[in-house]
Amino acid sequence: MRNWQFFLAALAVGIIAFIAARMIGNDYVYFAGYVVLQFVVLATAWNILGGYCGYVNFGSAAFFAMGAYTTVALNKFPRFSERYLPENLNAVVEWIFPLPIPVLIVLGGLIAGLVGLGTGYLTLRLRGVFFAIATLALAVVLQTLIVNWDYVGGSRGAYIIRPNTTDYFNINYIEYLFLVLLVLAIVAITVARSIERSQLGYGFATIRDDELAAEASGVPTLRLKLIATTLSGAFMGMAGAPFPYYIGYLEPASAFGLAYAVNAIAMPMIGGTTSWVGPLIGAIMLGTLQQVASVTISSAVSLLIVGLLLVFFVIIAPNGIIGLWHKFFPSKEPEVREREREAEGAA
Amino acid sequence: MDFPVELFINALIAGLLLGGFYAAVTVGISISFGILDIVNIAHPAFIILGSYIAYIVNQRLGVDPILTAIIVLPIFYALGSAVYQVYYLSFEKRGQEALRGLAFFFGLLFVTEVLLILVFGVDYRYVQADYIQTTLRFSFFDLPLRMLIPFIVSAVLLVGLQIFLSKTFTGRAIMAVAQDQLALSLMAADPIRIKRIAFAISIATAAIAGALLIVIQPVEPSVGREYIGRVFAICVLGGMGSLPGTVIAALLLGIVESITATFYGPSWAPAVAFGFLLVTLAVRPAGLLGR
Repeated sequence: MRNWQFFLAALAVGIIAFIAARMIGNDYVYFAGYVVLQFVVLATAWNILGGYCGYVNFGSAAFFAMGAYTTVALNKFPRFSERYLPENLNAVVEWIFPLPIPVLIVLGGLIAGLVGLGTGYLTLRLRGVFFAIATLALAVVLQTLIVNWDYVGGSRGAYIIRPNTTDYFNINYIEYLFLVLLVLAIVAITVARSIERSQLGYGFATIRDDELAAEASGVPTLRLKLIATTLSGAFMGMAGAPFPYYIGYLEPASAFGLAYAVNAIAMPMIGGTTSWVGPLIGAIMLGTLQQVASVTISSAVSLLIVGLLLVFFVIIAPNGIIGLWHKFFPSKEPEVREREREAEGAA
Repeated sequence: MDFPVELFINALIAGLLLGGFYAAVTVGISISFGILDIVNIAHPAFIILGSYIAYIVNQRLGVDPILTAIIVLPIFYALGSAVYQVYYLSFEKRGQEALRGLAFFFGLLFVTEVLLILVFGVDYRYVQADYIQTTLRFSFFDLPLRMLIPFIVSAVLLVGLQIFLSKTFTGRAIMAVAQDQLALSLMAADPIRIKRIAFAISIATAAIAGALLIVIQPVEPSVGREYIGRVFAICVLGGMGSLPGTVIAALLLGIVESITATFYGPSWAPAVAFGFLLVTLAVRPAGLLGR
């Protein structure tokens, strides 16, 4: 399947899912579905760097929070301009703001992508473990900056008032958020899938397998790494951008919560990191499980389940659910698969 | 504005004492990560576990937290042994330690933290001992025993470990396993056994570090996270597995953090450690006393 065909097919599946959710007619479905979709984007984003390149990012929460705080900062801007900017400029600001969510997603993605690029530059010389620790450090530095930044609420946090209705399609706001995230998830998955079968993806794979050898054979590892950190960071930021509207109240401790970092790693690891299907399966499975466990037991227990599953899977099934699938249903010979891939590439 | 000399000296002393404590927190990572190449990112979780054990025993029986730590050392040693066994069989033996081993320890960290939250909640817990409230005063600077005793215990721990590593047969074998595992096995020593002992020792130090932590400050389950950056910053800065380097880096970080907290406010202190780490990683990944 070509990428645009895949995108349309995924969109069709998405629309069917949305209609099915409407038929249930319970708003909770959207609240829960939103979180699952958010994790689909996060897991897919993590996998672009972690799964394809083999660089473990422990700071996913920071990129997510960058997106969320971009939204908060922009949301507060009209009040700032009212107070400090001249009259005529203020009129322009009032005309533009509040920005619609898709625009916020693009801007959040932009900021988080820039942070990702910065991370890439800062950690150019770091491999493996050191890179992972550096991302963790980065998350704490960014959190400290946000905590000390009064404009976005500092450690007290910031409120965002969620409108009840939208101007589009005659749906309420939570349905709208769900729909936006659905489209975002489809875009993220399509991008991940197209990377996998492109020259870029093969470049990433050489980095994962043996970076020194890749560099020696002329693969521009440096540039590829920067692309991966930027792209991965940008999608994480996009996942975070609508979050303040969903939650209504954002504070640093929750935006930078370790739960995002763990989920972003656990979901691809449990699903399987080699292809775009893995993070999708992992996120839907774990995300749904967490939603159910949060409602029926408690949110702390639902997080415990994720942690235990992560530990369990890396020990028992190192290649995740995809790996188990291939083990129990060895479909085709590797040569056949390879030939098919080549035929697809030529088409 | 006059430079507040007295304030500065007090911050310096507080930083030195804090740094001494950081050395005790980091020494476990210096052994596991620095010497054995095992990225035990869950080490701070074991430290918090140590804190909570000290807390329970102190609450129920009124035993001194540091004494408790020494009593439970064998338990932590056994725990470390078990964790290494799982790690070895699941990752090292299959040669998959890099990415999956990291995820394993990350999961372990998370599980420990959530379990502690489930059992104890997110409230801050603290211990009682006579010396915690006492402060020695010298003309213009203060020496709170709450900081001084952890400093002394940490010094004893580090000196003891350094002597163990450089003088005893097992200690030398541990240093050797870091350099050449194959050569060690040619000398009829079992490298896996040596590594297991070393890792168990590193976890055992977490019992003591945990007790020191709860003497210094009230503890809640997610405090460990703040220490992840610090321990790795110190370990990397000190030059991976060099105990003298660890001590120097720990003191340095303690002083810088204390001075930042005094002059710019405590809310900036966490960024200092991590900023330190980022700069070290970017500029000199080999650390101060790098091999």
